[in-house]
Amino acid sequence: MIELIKVNKSFGSNHVLKDIDLTVPTGQKLVIIGPSGSGKSTMIRCMNMLEKPTSGRVVIDGAELTAHKAPIAQVRQSVAMVFQQFNLYPHKTVLENLTLAPIVVQGVSKEEAEDSGMAFLTRVGLREKAGEYPAQLSGGQQQRVAIARALNMHPKILLFDEPTSALDPEMIQEVLDVIVGLAEEGITMVVVTHEMGFAREAADRVVFIDEGRILEDGTPQHFFEDAQHERTKLFLSKILR
Amino acid sequence: MFDGFIQWLGNLSLMFSSAKWASLGDHLGLIFSGLGITIVASVLALALALVLGIVFGVLSASNWKPLRAVARVYVEFFQNTPLMLQVVFLGFGLPIVWPQFNAVPVLMVGVIGVGIYHGAYISEAVRAGIQSISKGQLEASLSQGMSYVQAMRHVVIPQALTVVLPPLTNQAVNLIKNTSVLLYIGAFDLMYQAKSIQAANYNPGPVYLVAMVLYFCLCYPLAFLAKRLEDRAEAAQGGGQA
Repeated sequence: MIELIKVNKSFGSNHVLKDIDLTVPTGQKLVIIGPSGSGKSTMIRCMNMLEKPTSGRVVIDGAELTAHKAPIAQVRQSVAMVFQQFNLYPHKTVLENLTLAPIVVQGVSKEEAEDSGMAFLTRVGLREKAGEYPAQLSGGQQQRVAIARALNMHPKILLFDEPTSALDPEMIQEVLDVIVGLAEEGITMVVVTHEMGFAREAADRVVFIDEGRILEDGTPQHFFEDAQHERTKLFLSKILR
Repeated sequence: MFDGFIQWLGNLSLMFSSAKWASLGDHLGLIFSGLGITIVASVLALALALVLGIVFGVLSASNWKPLRAVARVYVEFFQNTPLMLQVVFLGFGLPIVWPQFNAVPVLMVGVIGVGIYHGAYISEAVRAGIQSISKGQLEASLSQGMSYVQAMRHVVIPQALTVVLPPLTNQAVNLIKNTSVLLYIGAFDLMYQAKSIQAANYNPGPVYLVAMVLYFCLCYPLAFLAKRLEDRAEAAQGGGQA
């Protein structure tokens, strides 16, 4: 379970998140939508403390990350993140990308990490790329490796920060297919995205955020057919044309 | 004009006369023992400089201001005062305020002086290398539960190394040449031996020429390597590493 309690975040004089209250129960698939600059990326980055809130609390499965001397690194092991720019380790092979953190951080044996790593690579359809380097792969393939890397930590929560925004259009679907496949499992997922089709298909809940505030919060059906705010309707009218 | 040239040729032949060469031949043992000391001093000073350079380079690239400040003071102080002055201060100044330092062998005093000096330069190269690695690399590592030190060790520094290696090799070349300041504190390095042989025999031509050739033989392979590494790093960057 993820809890954001009265979270505020400012970058200098730029007040990006304003009193965000949000609870994501275990197993929920939450999609966060919003125009660029709305604070949606900052919000998801607060969930694993890559951004430290200026005020407010972030609590993951009962552990308060905003507390003094919080076990942030330990909690991050079960909160995996997939980035817009993939951020694969370019000096490591695909398989080594998957096994580095499990070995170094979780103390998993090399064999075990490689076995489960190969299983996740198979799952994202890239088993045969295990020995290659990230630079040899297409963007879509790199992002699928990044997802497999996240899964190999055996996380309880998966955070996706605009996972398809840096991809060429023809590669978006292969990545979305993988994420939709994951959504059918019990894992908690938070996805920041501009892919409305994905939100409709895979989300349990959609949150719309604008200028650092949550404006809509409900089912995908509520969001697409029964939005409350003018701002939301305007956004949808532009994006769903 | 022509007479002047003849005169100059005469001087040159005197400077490199067979007698001058013969007086060098008598002292070849000293030259090579000096070369040995220079090599030992270079290796030890380079080791010290690398350790200091990596530690202070990582500190200067860190997010924590006090650590950055410490690293800045170190770098700026040693980069902006002459090496020779630093080494004679270590050799002759420090023992006055701290007599125990007299027990340190002269060679080690030189190693410490040259090592600290080049550590400052290497730390700047290391800092630039770390800062050239995209922030996403650190974030990805941290998001996987790595500590800052683990992220540096397994992800950032290995990548920074490719960037840092060419300037590092250039620093090694400079370091070897700069061990010649050991002359001033009386360590029996190559420069010291060359100077004392020439003082005893007045044969600067052959002695300094041989010393130069020996320094060149130590440095040129490294300089060549630096050029190769630089070309390779450029090719790798042009190749669009993700």
